Amino acid sequence: MLQFLRRRFLFFFFTYLVSSLTIFFLLRVLPGDPARVIAGGREATEAQVAEIREELGLNASLPQQYLTWAADFLRGEWGDTIAFRGAVNRDLIIERSVNSARLALVALLLSVPLSLALGVIAGLFENKLPDILISLLTLSVVSLPEFVTGLFLINIVALRWGRSELAASLGWWFPSSSAVPANASFAEMLPFLWLPAFAATLVMLAYISRLTRAGVIEELKRDYVRTAALKGIPWRTVIWRHVLRNALLPTITVIAISISWLVSGLVVIEYVFGFPGLGSLLIAAIERRDLLLVQAIAMVTVTVILFANLFADVAYALLNPRVELA
Amino acid sequence: MSATDRNLLEVDNLTISYRVEDQWIPAVRDFRLRLQPGQIVGLVGESGSGKSTVALALMHYLSSNGRVESGGRLQFDDEDLLRKSNAEMRQLWAKRIKFVPQNAAAALNPSIKIGRQVMEVLKAAEGIDGHEAYSRMMQMFHDVNLVDPERVAERYPHELSGGMQQRVTIAMALISNPELLIMDEPTTGLDVTTEAVILDLVRGLISERDTGVVYITHNLGVVAQLCERVLVLYAGEIMEEASVLDLFQHPRHPYTLGLISSVPKPGQNKSAAQLQSIAGNPPALTRIPGGCVFAERCPLVIDLCRERKPPLETLGDGRLVRCHRWEEMEEGVLSSPPIPRPLVPPVNPPRLSGGVPQGGKGRKTLHPITSGGNWSGGNGQTLMQVSDLMKHFPVERNLREILGRTEPSPIRAVDGVDLQLRAGQTLGLVGESGSGKTTLARLIIGLEERSGGGLQLLGMDVRNSVRERSQDVLSKLQMVFQNPQNSLNPYLSVRQTIRRPLMKLRGFSAAAADAEALALLERVNLRAEYAERYPDELSGGEKQRVAIARAFASDPDLIICDEPVSALDVSVQSAVLNLLAALQDDHGSAYLFISHNLSVVGYLADTIAVMYLGQLFEVGEARELFQAPYHPYTEALVSAIPVPDPLHSSERILLSDDLPSAQNLPSGCRFHTRCPRKIGEICETDEPPWRQGDAGHLIRCHIPLEELTIAQSGLIPLDAVD
Amino acid sequence: MKLETISRLYVAIKRTARSQLRHPQSAAGTLLVAFFLILALFGPQLAPHRNPNDQSHDVRVPPTLDLGALQLGEHPFGTDRLGRDVYSRVILGAGSIFRIAGLGTLISVILGSALGLFMGYQGGWVDEVIGRVIDALLAIPALLLALVLIGIIRNLDFAAGSWQAALADNVILLVISVLYIPIVARVARSTTLDIKTREFVEAAQIRGESQFYIIFREILPSVIPSLVVEASLRFSYAIFLVASLGFLGFGARPPSPDWGLMVNENRGGFYQLTPWALEFPALAIAILVIAVNLMSDGIRRAVQKGT
Repeated sequence: MLQFLRRRFLFFFFTYLVSSLTIFFLLRVLPGDPARVIAGGREATEAQVAEIREELGLNASLPQQYLTWAADFLRGEWGDTIAFRGAVNRDLIIERSVNSARLALVALLLSVPLSLALGVIAGLFENKLPDILISLLTLSVVSLPEFVTGLFLINIVALRWGRSELAASLGWWFPSSSAVPANASFAEMLPFLWLPAFAATLVMLAYISRLTRAGVIEELKRDYVRTAALKGIPWRTVIWRHVLRNALLPTITVIAISISWLVSGLVVIEYVFGFPGLGSLLIAAIERRDLLLVQAIAMVTVTVILFANLFADVAYALLNPRVELA
Repeated sequence: MSATDRNLLEVDNLTISYRVEDQWIPAVRDFRLRLQPGQIVGLVGESGSGKSTVALALMHYLSSNGRVESGGRLQFDDEDLLRKSNAEMRQLWAKRIKFVPQNAAAALNPSIKIGRQVMEVLKAAEGIDGHEAYSRMMQMFHDVNLVDPERVAERYPHELSGGMQQRVTIAMALISNPELLIMDEPTTGLDVTTEAVILDLVRGLISERDTGVVYITHNLGVVAQLCERVLVLYAGEIMEEASVLDLFQHPRHPYTLGLISSVPKPGQNKSAAQLQSIAGNPPALTRIPGGCVFAERCPLVIDLCRERKPPLETLGDGRLVRCHRWEEMEEGVLSSPPIPRPLVPPVNPPRLSGGVPQGGKGRKTLHPITSGGNWSGGNGQTLMQVSDLMKHFPVERNLREILGRTEPSPIRAVDGVDLQLRAGQTLGLVGESGSGKTTLARLIIGLEERSGGGLQLLGMDVRNSVRERSQDVLSKLQMVFQNPQNSLNPYLSVRQTIRRPLMKLRGFSAAAADAEALALLERVNLRAEYAERYPDELSGGEKQRVAIARAFASDPDLIICDEPVSALDVSVQSAVLNLLAALQDDHGSAYLFISHNLSVVGYLADTIAVMYLGQLFEVGEARELFQAPYHPYTEALVSAIPVPDPLHSSERILLSDDLPSAQNLPSGCRFHTRCPRKIGEICETDEPPWRQGDAGHLIRCHIPLEELTIAQSGLIPLDAVD
Repeated sequence: MKLETISRLYVAIKRTARSQLRHPQSAAGTLLVAFFLILALFGPQLAPHRNPNDQSHDVRVPPTLDLGALQLGEHPFGTDRLGRDVYSRVILGAGSIFRIAGLGTLISVILGSALGLFMGYQGGWVDEVIGRVIDALLAIPALLLALVLIGIIRNLDFAAGSWQAALADNVILLVISVLYIPIVARVARSTTLDIKTREFVEAAQIRGESQFYIIFREILPSVIPSLVVEASLRFSYAIFLVASLGFLGFGARPPSPDWGLMVNENRGGFYQLTPWALEFPALAIAILVIAVNLMSDGIRRAVQKGT
C-alpha cells in the first residue's frame, strides 16, 4: 500500500513537472518572439518589445526563466492581463474558475449517477433490447459535439419553438446563460446552469456509461458470479453484493478521467452559451493574444486535473484490497 | 458402499446444446447417470468431451447460450430438476446441491473477505448468521485442515495459496451438508503434492457424510484413486460406464483401453516400450459423424461403425458400453499391453537398444558438481555443463527499506545449480511450481540473464543472453514451449514457421528450405498439406508437432522442452512423447525435459534432477528415482502421483501446501519447513551434504542413505508391485 | 505483400463485413460513412455550384428541398445571408473534414504504433521514460492543448513559403498528431507487451532474429487488430475535434465551406434570419459523427470477436 502511494505521489510530481514544462516551452520555444506577440505583433515598436522582454525576464537563460515562472505560479503571482485591462490574472481566473466549477459540479451530479445507471443496465442486458437502445443512444445522440447539442438547446428549443407555450415556460425555467453576471452567487447562477450542464452531461454520459457497461459485462463473466449464484442467493443480491462491487470500482478512475474530458467540453459549452467561465476566458485570451493569461489558465486546469486523478487513484487503492500487490 | 438402492441422482437421455453463431450445436448427447448417496462417480473425458457442460447441466445451471433439449430426464431425489424454475433451483442450490469449481482463485470474489463469502452460504442455506454461523465456519475450516482459521476468515482470496483457496471452496460446498456434490476438476492446476492433500481431504470428508459426488476430471489417476464407478465421455457421448476396477482391468471400449494404456505409469521408461497412443484428434463438435464418434481413431473400426451409431448397451454386470464390437473386446481382440513392472529392479537391466546413437560407452549419467560431493566423471562426451548457476531477481525497496537504507533480499529463483548433460541424453527436471525449473531453462536458452555461475556448451563458454550468442551456439540450442496455443505465430503458415530457422540458422535458400520444411513435417508425422495451414486450423497436438519440427530445423544438439505435453490431452500426449523419443533416436539430440509430472519425466528421461526452491536435491538415473532411497522431497512427490491403477494404494506423504517464498528462504536445508523426515536442529541450521549412492545417484540430505533406504523401502514402489 | 497475406486479409475483411451485417446499426453507419466519403472525393463534381463562395444567388432563399415530392429544387438547403448556396457548401465541406481528420488519424496511427511497438518491445528505461512523458501529456485536456497550440502558432508571423508557414497552415493536422500519437502509442505498447511474452516471439529470439524482424514480422500482425479498432476510434474523435475547432473559430478560416465554421457564422442573431444555414451543416456534422461512431463500434465488435 505504502509502496503504491509512494509511486503514485512520485508520478504526480513527475506529471506536474512534464506538463508545466510543456506549457512553458510551448510559449517560449516555438518559432517567433513571444515578447513581440505580447506587445501586439508586427505593429509594436522595438522599444515596446524590449520593454516587455525586460519585464518578463526573457533575457535570462531558459531554465532560469522556467524556474522563475514556476515559482511565480506557485506563489500565485500570475501577472497582469493584457486582454482585460486593469484586472489581475489571478483574480480573473479565480472568479471564472469558481463559475466553471459550479457548472462542472452540476454536470457531474447530473451525469455520473445517470450514466452509471445506464451503463449497469446495458451491461446486465448485454445484447438485449435495453442494451441496444442504450448503446444506440450513447453512440448517436449523446456523442455529438457539444456545440451541436448546445446550439440545439439554445436555438431550436429556445428560439424556434419559442412561440409555443411549452417553450416559453422552458425558456423561463432554463434561461440562456449569457445573461448571467460573472460575479453572481451560486443561488443566483443556478437557473442559468441547467442548460449548459445538460449539454455537458450528454457527452460524459456516453463516455462513462460505455465504460461502466464494459466493466459490468466483464465481471458478469467471472467465475465468482457463478459461485455466488450457486449459493442460492437471489440474482439481484448477486448483482448488488458481488458484481457491482467489482464492476464499479474502476469507475472511480473513470470519473477522474472524465473530469479531464469535462474540461475540454466546458470550453466549447461556455463559448456556445456565453457562460462566464474559465473556458470562455481561455478562448478570449487566445483571441486577444494574452499569452500570460493563457499560460496561467492552462496551469490551473492541469493542476485541477492532476489532483483529481491523484485523489481517484488513492481512493481506488483504499477501496480495492488487491492493490496491495501492485 | 452405501447399502441403499435409492438413487440420489438419475439422469437419462440428457442432450445439451450450445448456440454458436445462430446454430444450436449438441455438445453432449444422450447422457445417462445413476448416483447413490455416499457414492463417488467419476466422469472422465478429454478437453472437448463435454464433461464441464455436464457438470453445469447437472446443477441445472447453463449459461444463456446453452439449453437442455426436451426428452431428457434429470431427477434429483424426488425432484425433477428440468421442471424447476430458477427460484425453486435456488432453494436446492442453497442447501442440497453444491458445486466445487475448477479454478478456486477465480471462483472466489476478489473484493470480499473469505469469512463473509463462506458465511453467506450458511445464511442462504439455513438462515443463520452471526456467532452461530461463525462457529460453524470455524468448525468447517478445521475439517478442511485450514491452518489458523480465524486469520483465513479475515483474508481476501488473493492472500491465500492455491491449495488454501481450494480448501475454502470445498468448505463452502460442504458447510451446508449437501446431499449432492458436483466437483469440476477441483485439483487441476494445483501441484501434485497439493492435489494429493486435497484428494485425501475429499475422500475423508465424503466418507464421513452421506453425500453423493460426481467427480469430473481428465486425470485417470485421480479417478482410480478416488471413485467407485467411472463414466468415460468422448466427444459428448458416454463410451463406457463401469466400476473403477472393471474399467481399469477389463475395459470394454477401445477408447477406454487406449486412454488407459497411453498414460505413462510411474517408473515406465521409453527403454522398455513405446507408449500406446490413439491416432488422430477428436471430431469437431460442428462435424459430429453420423456413426460412432470414435470410429475415425479406433483400431477396431469396421464399416458398420461408420454407418451406424452404436447404442449404449447394458451388459450383464451392470456395465454400459457404446461399441459394436464390445463382445470381441471382452474376448480380448485388443488387449492392453502387460502393465509394465519396471519398479521391480530387473536382474539384468535391459540395455537401451538403439535408444542412444553411441553404444558401448557404459553408463551415461549426469553428475552434479558440488562443493561437498565428489562425482565420478563418466566417459561420454559432455554436451553441456552448468556450474553454480544463479538467477536472483531484484525486488523493489519498500518504504521501510528506503528509510532504513537497506537493500531488500532478492528473489532467488535459481540459486547455485550444477548440472552436466551428455550428448544424446535426456535429463529430466522435476519440481513443484515455484521450484525455479523454468527459470533454469530460460537461463540456459538465454532468454533470461544469469546473475552468476557458468554455462558451457561442448566445452565452450556460452554467453549470457541470446542477443550476444553466435549463430553457431543459437543453432545448437533450441526450445519447445509449454503452451501450444502461443508457441506458433498465428499469422504465419506452418511452412513459413518451419522454414525460417532453416534459412536463418542453416543458410538454406528459400526453395531448399521449403523442401526441407516438408521433410521435417513428415518426420513429425504431419501430412504435406499441413504446410499451408495456419495455427488456428491445427489442434493442440498438431501445433506442438509443428513446434517440435521448428526446434529440430536447425539440427540442434540440445533441445529444452519446457512442459511440452502438459497442456495436451492424454491421448495426444503419448503420441508426442513417442515422437520426441523417436526423433532423439534419429538426430542424437539431447533433451532437457522439464515437467511437473513425474511419470512423464520418468518415461522420457535417462537421468532425473529434482529441484526445490532454486536448488537441486536429488540427481540420479531415471529408474532409481522410483526406488528407495529417495530424498524426502522426492519421496513426497513420488507418493503423491495419482497412479492410474485402482489396486495401487500407498501411504501418501502429505506436504503442507505452502511453499516458502524464494525471497525469504528457510535457513539450513530449504526443505526443512515441510520435511516429514526432519531429524532435528541440524536441518534448520546446516546446509545438507550431497550423499552418493549407487551409480552416481546423489541425494542432498542430512539423513544417511542407508537410513533413508530402510525407512522408505516398501513404501511406494513395492506396494505397486504386488 | 505476399499472396497468402492478402488472402488472410480478405478473410478478415469478409468476417468484419459479415459481423457488420448482423448488426444493422453498424452496417447503416458504415454505409453513411461511405456516402460521406464519396461526397468528400467527388464533391466538386456533385455540387451544383462548384465555387463555394459564389454569391451570385438571391440572399436568404429558404430551402427548396421537398422530401415529400423527392425534389431538390433550385437551392435544396437554401442560401445564406450572402447569397451562397448552402447545399453546395455542405457538399464541398465534406472534403476538408475528411482530409484533415483522415490524414491526421493516419499520421497518428502510423507514428504512434511505430513508437508504441518500439517502446513495448524495448522495455526498460526507454519505455519507462517515454511512457511517463506520454502519461503526463495525456493529463492535459486535449482541447486545451489544441487551443493553446493553435493560438500560439496562429499568432506568430512567418515569412510566406517558409516551413514554419507551411506548418501554421496545417496547424490542425499537427494538433491532431500531437494529441493522438501518444494515445495510439499507448495502445500499441500495451498490446505489444502482451504479445511480446508469447512463446512464438521467444522462439524468434532464440533464433537470433533482429529486433526489426521481431517487431515487424512477428509482433506487428498480432497488434494490427487492436490498431484497427483504435484507428476507427481516433477517426471519430478527430472528426469531433475538427468540427469543434472549426466552430470555435480555430479551424478553417472564412470563407472556407467548413461545417463547423458555417455553424459558427450563422448562429446568434443570424440564426433567426437564416436558420437553415446553421441547421444543415450542423445536421451534416451530427450524421457524420453518429455514422463514424456506429461504424467504429461495429469494427470493434468484429475484431474482438475474431481474436
